[in-house]
Amino acid sequence: MTSSPAPTAALDGPRRPRGPLAWLLSFDTPRSWVLSVILLGIVLCLGAAPFLFSGSQPLSTAAKICVFILLVASYDLLLGYTGIVSFAHTMFFGIGGYGIAIALERLGPSWGSAAIGLALGLALSAVLAAAIGLLSLRVRAIFFSMITLAVASAVAVLASQMSGITGGEDGLSFQLPAELRPAFRPFAEPVLGVSVNGRILAYYLILAVTVLGFLLLLRVVNSPFGRVLQAIRENEFRAEALGYRVVAYRTAASVISALAATVAGALMALWLRYNGPDTTLSFSIMIDILLMVVIGGMGTLYGAVLGATLFVLAQSYLQVLMGAGSAALAGLPLLPDLVHPDRWLLWLGILFIVSVYAFPGGIVGHLRKDHHP
Amino acid sequence: MSDAVEAPPADVQAAELPRARTDWLPLALVPALALLALPLVGDVSAWVTLTLAGLAMGMMIFLMASGLTLVFGLMDIINFGHGVFISLGAYATLIVLGPLAGWASAESVWLNLALLLLCIAVAMGLTAAVGAVFERVIVRPVYGSHLKQILVTMGGLIVAEQAIHAIWGASPIPIPLPETLRGAFVFGEVVMERYRVFAVGVGLLVFVAMQLLLNRTRIGLLIRAGVENPEMVEALGYRIRRLFVSVFVAGSALAGLGGVMWAFYRQTLTAGMGMEVMVLVFIVIIVGGLGSVGGCFVGSILVALVANYVGFLAPKLALVSNILVMALVLIWRPQGLFPVARR
Repeated sequence: MTSSPAPTAALDGPRRPRGPLAWLLSFDTPRSWVLSVILLGIVLCLGAAPFLFSGSQPLSTAAKICVFILLVASYDLLLGYTGIVSFAHTMFFGIGGYGIAIALERLGPSWGSAAIGLALGLALSAVLAAAIGLLSLRVRAIFFSMITLAVASAVAVLASQMSGITGGEDGLSFQLPAELRPAFRPFAEPVLGVSVNGRILAYYLILAVTVLGFLLLLRVVNSPFGRVLQAIRENEFRAEALGYRVVAYRTAASVISALAATVAGALMALWLRYNGPDTTLSFSIMIDILLMVVIGGMGTLYGAVLGATLFVLAQSYLQVLMGAGSAALAGLPLLPDLVHPDRWLLWLGILFIVSVYAFPGGIVGHLRKDHHP
Repeated sequence: MSDAVEAPPADVQAAELPRARTDWLPLALVPALALLALPLVGDVSAWVTLTLAGLAMGMMIFLMASGLTLVFGLMDIINFGHGVFISLGAYATLIVLGPLAGWASAESVWLNLALLLLCIAVAMGLTAAVGAVFERVIVRPVYGSHLKQILVTMGGLIVAEQAIHAIWGASPIPIPLPETLRGAFVFGEVVMERYRVFAVGVGLLVFVAMQLLLNRTRIGLLIRAGVENPEMVEALGYRIRRLFVSVFVAGSALAGLGGVMWAFYRQTLTAGMGMEVMVLVFIVIIVGGLGSVGGCFVGSILVALVANYVGFLAPKLALVSNILVMALVLIWRPQGLFPVARR
């Protein structure tokens, strides 16, 4: 192997960070003041989103960012830390979404049915991830990528065919538990000028689970287990020769990553009060995840935060900007089409390719390199 | 990478070397499967129709997949953006169909065929040119790292798909099938769609041409030697780089041809159509053995036949049947039907 995606977290060197915050971050601190400022900004904005922005669209954007941070971080455990390219990650995302959707639709809108749906989803994901892992992680990386692509597409087809259970192409709409509905008012008076309702509570639930999940993933990649994964990524044969059972470690990484993706899917369904093939299962989401991981920075979980935020913001707001650009260029050949609002993915695709070549560590890797030579 | 060479190359031409045994088992699989399906389908004429439809689909998948597997075998490059060449080949028909729409509706067989050949020529020319650029810009910097190859060719796919949207618009475009290829030949109870017969013809032609090129010419010898051991070919003084590029370009052109055939088969164009069939293409390549052209051919027909039979017997399972075929083959032969010895 020639190059690693990113300089890995500092091994316990002389400058090991201390303090409760460093402990919370598993001693894998941002290690770049620019990155720290950006991360702090994102966290503050997400934390105060209901009070900073009015209207439902910004809150939806913030919720989507949260869900994708967890999803992308879980994918980074596979891609960035273990060097596995799987295209089946949306399958687990979808299982989480359908778990919640089916349970809440069938068993009624209660916390109990949500828990049952989530638990069954997690169990199914774990079994599937272990099965795929054991079957195909023995084969070469390319085979694994192609097999996961085929399996994921088969699952997407199955989900749209079994319309009796999954609602087919239409998906499932369902009711949330009373505490998460817009009509629920926990406080009589507005808090900081905002009347808190169930929708905002749902947002904070998503944010809390995301933060918890992210910190857990950070702990995983900075544990001895995570170090073995990185060793496997760098040189599989050497890791094997050192006595680590590569297949077992990779399968375990797949399962952990699948579980986190399932939780993300459940959060997505909870926020949308709907789940269908297009919201959690489609291949375009898989491409989005890939873009977010690589642009943010492979092998640095913080990259997931930056990548997801940048991408979702681009998806929501870049189009407005491009619409203006397209109008300004009207009359010229092809140029207006290239900056047409619907072509925003074109530019992120180019950014993606440039990232793979020029900044293998993505934004985060680049920032860290600049400030800690 | 294992350096154990288990068998001598498939067909060594020097007389004094013992010929490698041909592996008949996977070849026998196709007729066996067809015969097995006969009693299950029950009706002979329906069976003939299904088999022909399967063969036609298999040929088209083979056209789309052969370039990819050849490129992998020779260059050890996996191109996840291969689907772009399929879409591009399909959209290239618009360049021809725009000014020459009259030829498609004309009654003359020759005008229709000329139109199709022109479509194919333009599509293959365009995809070959784009393939050359793709190789230079996207693929060349990432030789040797599979992870980066997958990522960067995926990026190429995204960008190219968006570019197709920008040039030709995002909505699906219907395209007409030339007049003489519409409808079907009817022999008693047996119905054979004309276009499918045509597709089988084109697929067989390309397969035979590829086999002849690979097995009977000097270039073919170099390519096969390159697949077995690129360093050795280079050491013998051949410019393997130029060979690599020409194979990549040829592979792109083949995908373009497959795209044209697929476009007329579906009669609608969408930018994502290449990516949709890529799943099938990957399955076929895995089933056939990564890097093997013959395996790709057998795999294509196998997968398409199973899809057609299952589609008739249990429609809901048709789309998942590919996965079943893949799983069964991988359990039987983990490296695919015709494993390439070097890997």
